Amino acid sequence: MASVLYAVFVGPFKDMASSPSFLIEVLLGGIATGLMYSLVALGFVLIFKASGVFNFAQGVMVLFAALTLVGLMEKGLPVPIALLVTMAVMILLAFAIERVVLRPLVNQEQIILFMATIGLNFFLEGFGEMLWGANVKRLDVGIPDRSVMLVGIQVNQLEMSAAGTAAVLVTVLAVFFQRTRIGRALRAVADDHEAALSIGIPLKTIWIIVWSVAGLVALVAGVMWGAKSGVQFSLSLIALKALPVLILGGFTSVPGAVVGGLIIGVGEKLGEVYWGPLVGGAIENWFAYVVALVFLLFRPQGLFGEKIIERV
Amino acid sequence: MIYREAGQFKTSYSADQAIFPIVQDRVVVVVAIVAAFVVPTVVADEYWLQAVLIPFLIYSLAALGLNLLTGYAGQLSLGTGGFMAVGGYAAFKLTTAFPQLNIIVVFLLAGLIAAGVGLLFGIPSLRIKGFYLAVATLAAQFFLIWLFNKVPWFTNYASSGTITAPPRSVFGVIITGPNATAEARYVTVLALVAVFALIAKNLVRGRVGRAWMAIRDRDIAAEIIGVRPMRTKLLAFGISSFYCGLAGAEYVFLYLGSAETLAFDINLSFLVLFMVIIGGLGSVLGSFLGAAFIVLVPIFLTNVPHMIGLALPVALMKQIELMVFGGLIIFFLIVEPHGLARLWQITKEKLRLWPFPH
Amino acid sequence: MRARTVMIAALAILVAAAPAFGPSSVAAQGKEIFIPLLVYRTGPYAPSGIPIANGFVDYFTMVNERDGGINGVKITWEECETQYDTKQGVECYERLKGKGAALVNPYSTGITYQLIPKAPVDKVPVFSMGYGMSASSDGRWFPWVFNFPTNYWSQASAVIRYIGQQEGGLEKLKGKKIVHIFHNSPYGKEANPTLEDIAKKYQFELTLLAVDHPGQEQGATWLQVRRINPDWIFMSGWGVMNQVAIKEAASKGVKMDHFIGNWWSASEADVVPAGEGAKGYKGATFHAPGIAFKVHQDIVKHVYDKGKGAGKKEAMGEALYNRGVVNAMYAAEAIRTGMKGGKTAPTQDQIRWGFENLNLADKRLEELGMKGFTHPLKVSCEDHEGSGPIRIQQWDGQKWNLVSDWIAPMRDVVRPKVEAAAVEEGKKLGYTMRDCSKEK
Repeated sequence: MASVLYAVFVGPFKDMASSPSFLIEVLLGGIATGLMYSLVALGFVLIFKASGVFNFAQGVMVLFAALTLVGLMEKGLPVPIALLVTMAVMILLAFAIERVVLRPLVNQEQIILFMATIGLNFFLEGFGEMLWGANVKRLDVGIPDRSVMLVGIQVNQLEMSAAGTAAVLVTVLAVFFQRTRIGRALRAVADDHEAALSIGIPLKTIWIIVWSVAGLVALVAGVMWGAKSGVQFSLSLIALKALPVLILGGFTSVPGAVVGGLIIGVGEKLGEVYWGPLVGGAIENWFAYVVALVFLLFRPQGLFGEKIIERV
Repeated sequence: MIYREAGQFKTSYSADQAIFPIVQDRVVVVVAIVAAFVVPTVVADEYWLQAVLIPFLIYSLAALGLNLLTGYAGQLSLGTGGFMAVGGYAAFKLTTAFPQLNIIVVFLLAGLIAAGVGLLFGIPSLRIKGFYLAVATLAAQFFLIWLFNKVPWFTNYASSGTITAPPRSVFGVIITGPNATAEARYVTVLALVAVFALIAKNLVRGRVGRAWMAIRDRDIAAEIIGVRPMRTKLLAFGISSFYCGLAGAEYVFLYLGSAETLAFDINLSFLVLFMVIIGGLGSVLGSFLGAAFIVLVPIFLTNVPHMIGLALPVALMKQIELMVFGGLIIFFLIVEPHGLARLWQITKEKLRLWPFPH
Repeated sequence: MRARTVMIAALAILVAAAPAFGPSSVAAQGKEIFIPLLVYRTGPYAPSGIPIANGFVDYFTMVNERDGGINGVKITWEECETQYDTKQGVECYERLKGKGAALVNPYSTGITYQLIPKAPVDKVPVFSMGYGMSASSDGRWFPWVFNFPTNYWSQASAVIRYIGQQEGGLEKLKGKKIVHIFHNSPYGKEANPTLEDIAKKYQFELTLLAVDHPGQEQGATWLQVRRINPDWIFMSGWGVMNQVAIKEAASKGVKMDHFIGNWWSASEADVVPAGEGAKGYKGATFHAPGIAFKVHQDIVKHVYDKGKGAGKKEAMGEALYNRGVVNAMYAAEAIRTGMKGGKTAPTQDQIRWGFENLNLADKRLEELGMKGFTHPLKVSCEDHEGSGPIRIQQWDGQKWNLVSDWIAPMRDVVRPKVEAAAVEEGKKLGYTMRDCSKEK
């Protein structure tokens, strides 16, 4: 019994202390991964914040954006043009979604809208594969996926660039929501569709803006993850990893997505490297969820989420 | 004209409170159940039984369990796959440890074990609500799958890491294992599902069901009038997990024959949730309709091109199938957001008036 | 309102017409050999499934065009999409077996396990080439299941033997660090018990690192690898896990020529995303890569030049394309053996006998245009594995090249384990062991 307690509560910390440069590598890796999770979680947050819809199709949107970009690049378009065209495609997609899915379902319950996004998920899955094929595609963003030694610590260039991009994007979005008029309008719509309509906020336009922005965020996430593992179907499964980030940070908070991502990313890595071997490894899948769950028990709305006010 | 209640007078409370108060309903249901037992067993070929009817019934049971939890008690759960896995593995361990135990008893015990696990993982629901709870139940899903993967005791130290249903028989008929005929398995599944659907229907009509619905609609108000939230929510988790565990045991023993943890992964949880939402939250019939939709539509979409003589490449067919499936879901939700069960309800209401307009 | 009425009407029609769906059972005519092809051209494993499916279809098309079929009997096939999903795979099998299936290649360990119990009942041989249930190598317990030319346990032992060769002898392995990175599923764990036994025998330090499905995020695993700093890494991966692992290894500065993947982790789809970084990565295989063989020329001549190619001509020669070709060849040769020179389609028992008595000698391989492509093979009643050897191939940035000769597995370690596992698995299914000597 004592040896179990020792192994869980003392051993891993001794392990960490024995090699501080390795610990920093683990932390850096965790931060980079965490920021990349936040990128995906951001898409969820944006849409939930502005339309109250939990967009199950966000993962597939990441995949679809990446597929379109790589597909265009393969057809010979230079990278900047391909990026612009892909952005246009995502905006078109937002228009289509608003017209076909959201408008007919105005003011339905959350779970109905959730289910509609599930239908959207299947549709985009089949559509993306039909257009661009099911083969794995290489995505080259011009940054070499190599590590350099920095003060005795191995640092991966691609990961650091991804982390930097994510940080910039998040800051821009946070400012957008807090300081601009459109941001306020978005928050009003998230609260209550009909009330927002009644004070003159153009629901349709707001939704198109939000889904476009979410689409662009999905594009960035798709590029980053696609550069790491090649563009293929499993990109859409990243969304599952972003869910604990969402719970932790709160469904409606942009900074929450970042902080949540960092906590989950670092926690996952530390857990896997130092505690994982105790139970045979591969605990990453559920560790993040358990961490999020524990946090939730103390703050049911997530770290930064809006406090749930219940009316009896 | 046919579906009229005129002339049917109830002379006792129990007659009034029957599940099917209208005689036509009762007749149809009895005929349907008898037909369900007799017709496929005699007429259907193995493909229909094995690939369509048996999975439909098993998914209906799991969907029923989830509907009790999500549709009636309002606790959104994505851990269905994990609870089904508990049922499957528990049944395997029990029957290999006690081979002489009747397999139906084993199934029920496996369901009880799953109920216990469900109670445990339902505890966060006392504090967390809505989508947050759904994501919290994902912790249960991933943890349980990891546990069955990691600990070899659950698979009896099999080198293959899979659990295989050993041959067992009931009343002298082999119903599990490779030599069990599809008919025997179908009848067993149908019997179990029929019994437990009846139990579920009575549950939701009674005090327990009403307590669940109160918690679902206005949980604070419910607490104020004396519905105990902890008991009600945990009971919902427990009973729902029992159903899912039973479905999981049937899944391994009466449908697949052998399973690895991948069979119970997150996709299964989502699939059952889709069935519940499409079929109609808060409806026993809805669970069956939703399961039928999800099982039949892909098969229909796969076979239609053959039937109309269109020979498309396999990959394109699959992609079109996905697109049509997604499109159908969206279309259904726009036309009837409350699911297929509501459609059925509207049909019945119209039938009561037919052929008169009002 | 109207939409609702339309929908109700449509549903009613659907329900009424439902019995018309389902498989159209066409009984085997005796004039054709029907082979159901379980493929995955869509979904998460499509990058691997597409070349395999194309290899199959191209080889069968070529046999029909060039030889007029097997002994003059044409081969027909039908593809069925499984998306590597067990349920869909079983549904495909059930739908297609009614058409007189000669054999089935499940191409997924999950589907294989589902079909193994059905094989003796439906009398359809399950040919799980190099995958599936390793215990089925013992044909005395599993007469209807074949996994030649070699299985995962043999592969693991042969890879260690290769590592020993590279280090200057198996005794030199003492004290070396070898890491096995595996997909956290029964497939990935297959090699572990064998590796542990061999580690004890040759006293090298073995570390087992599991990667959870799907393996999109492996940062923690590779940090651990970096800390261990192993001499050699062996990987049993599948799907996106391979691509991410190779990229991570390259980015962490692992010596790629000391990183060996098993035969499902060494294909073009796995190395392409890593680009330059994947150079030097090695993999195990039991057939040659590339198109330098007469059989490929035949496929070009009889299939692509006639416009009947299943995929792109440039994709011929990919590791998994050749896998499909070799699989199709084994199936065709087994059926031919079962026909024993006859000119009508064989019965199911004859096909099974053909599989069990398949004897591919060098001479026959040369006739097929496959000299040097794969190793000669002999299947027997006790040995459904053929205990074939493997070769190591290496990626040079553009293509795979063979860098070793045929390496035999450590049969003395593997066969006892196979026999023990066969007893265990066979008893679970209620089988009894055959006596091979009585069946000559």
